[in-house]
Amino acid sequence: MTELVVGTKKGLFVLNGEPGSEFEVMARAFDGQPIDFATRDPRSGRLLAGVTSPFYGPKIFYADDPAAEWEQADGVALPEGGEQALERIWVIAWGEEDGLVYAGGDPGVLFESHDGGRTWELNAGLWEQPSRPHWQPGGGGLCLHSIVTWPGDPERLAVAVSAAGMWLSEDRGATWRRSNAGIAPRYLPEEALADENAGLCVHHVERAPRRPERLFMQFHGGIFRSDDAGENWTAIGDGLPSDFGFPLTIDPADPDSAFVIPLVADMDRVTPEGRVLVYETRDAGESWTPRGDGLPAEHAYLTVLRQAFSRTGEGEGLELYFGATSGELFGSGDAGGSWATVASRLPPIYSVVAV
Amino acid sequence: MTATGSESGTRACTVCLHGPLRKLAGGHAELRIEGTTVLELLRELERQHPDLAGWVLDERGRIRRHINVFVDGERGREPTAVAPGVRVEVLPAITGG
Repeated sequence: MTELVVGTKKGLFVLNGEPGSEFEVMARAFDGQPIDFATRDPRSGRLLAGVTSPFYGPKIFYADDPAAEWEQADGVALPEGGEQALERIWVIAWGEEDGLVYAGGDPGVLFESHDGGRTWELNAGLWEQPSRPHWQPGGGGLCLHSIVTWPGDPERLAVAVSAAGMWLSEDRGATWRRSNAGIAPRYLPEEALADENAGLCVHHVERAPRRPERLFMQFHGGIFRSDDAGENWTAIGDGLPSDFGFPLTIDPADPDSAFVIPLVADMDRVTPEGRVLVYETRDAGESWTPRGDGLPAEHAYLTVLRQAFSRTGEGEGLELYFGATSGELFGSGDAGGSWATVASRLPPIYSVVAV
Repeated sequence: MTATGSESGTRACTVCLHGPLRKLAGGHAELRIEGTTVLELLRELERQHPDLAGWVLDERGRIRRHINVFVDGERGREPTAVAPGVRVEVLPAITGG
């Protein structure tokens, strides 16, 4: 049995089912409210949800049972009396210590919790970056959407901000430095890259846990790989129908693996030619293979957002799940070999986490 | 629930809460709160009911974009003066999709 924790424009949904089949909606919470990201901590079983009420602002809530009372977490706010307010929570990720949890948000901020998500504090090192006043937001705001830990080493951390690029820390987030060498956006003239604050619109980043110096990045036009922990990046998008897209995931068992869901282009953010296809590489981006058996093959113009592609298991047992803003949710129980519709009439899907 | 609050003298205003704000204020639909501006009222409201912090005012001390405050039926902002005895409604705006 697999559980999916799904954030939508109109509430949080928890679904259960067997891989390769339709799932059942077991619970809905935060009726009518946008859930930008929701997940369950595999260590404690606790659910955490980033809720961005259009009225009352962004909050993190937690619960053990989605149908029970949710508690509001403390400390999810910027310093009082400043010129900025927290706009949205984009991602929640587990740290490499018991109880350590991170959350990323707009405006390009990182929060950390040491008690499993009950209380939070703002990461001062990133908040106080001298260049912060020059950071440029992407279309979704100045969103910190990817938090990439290093397996077994809480000192090493990478985050990505749209459009302030990649940042690395080797001291638990006390200090940060940029790591964008080799990223070449098509939307900027080459000369503009001399400015370190040129907007670098990273869409999603994942680390290969069995070879943690390897990272994969879906960029705003471009897919990149790093083999040196993010110091340098190489374009690997050749062979895809488009290198524009939002989400990306990997098979934890295979450091050469990555999966992307191409969209036509930044000016037409739907699946190409009305066909939904996941593309897989097993040679670190040298070649890409379409995986679409069971996915909509005609008149399907879907948009899959950056947090709406998830995995559980690995190797031959890898399960893949993604949701679209159409409210459709698809899943594969055989590493992308075949696909099934998991749910078809949810609200627009913002995030998917498979547990 | 009837009006309540630490200040119930003649200088106090009646602050009316709706939706989830009532629960965060201990179940009170109306509270008697003292202040000379809308911002002072909302700050005092947060002080008396800390669970409301961040729900009406953001970190900058601004009323959230999609919250409306009415002072005796007139739209109010943070610096709007409030006279003793006025009725202040805190309401979610018409928004969404």
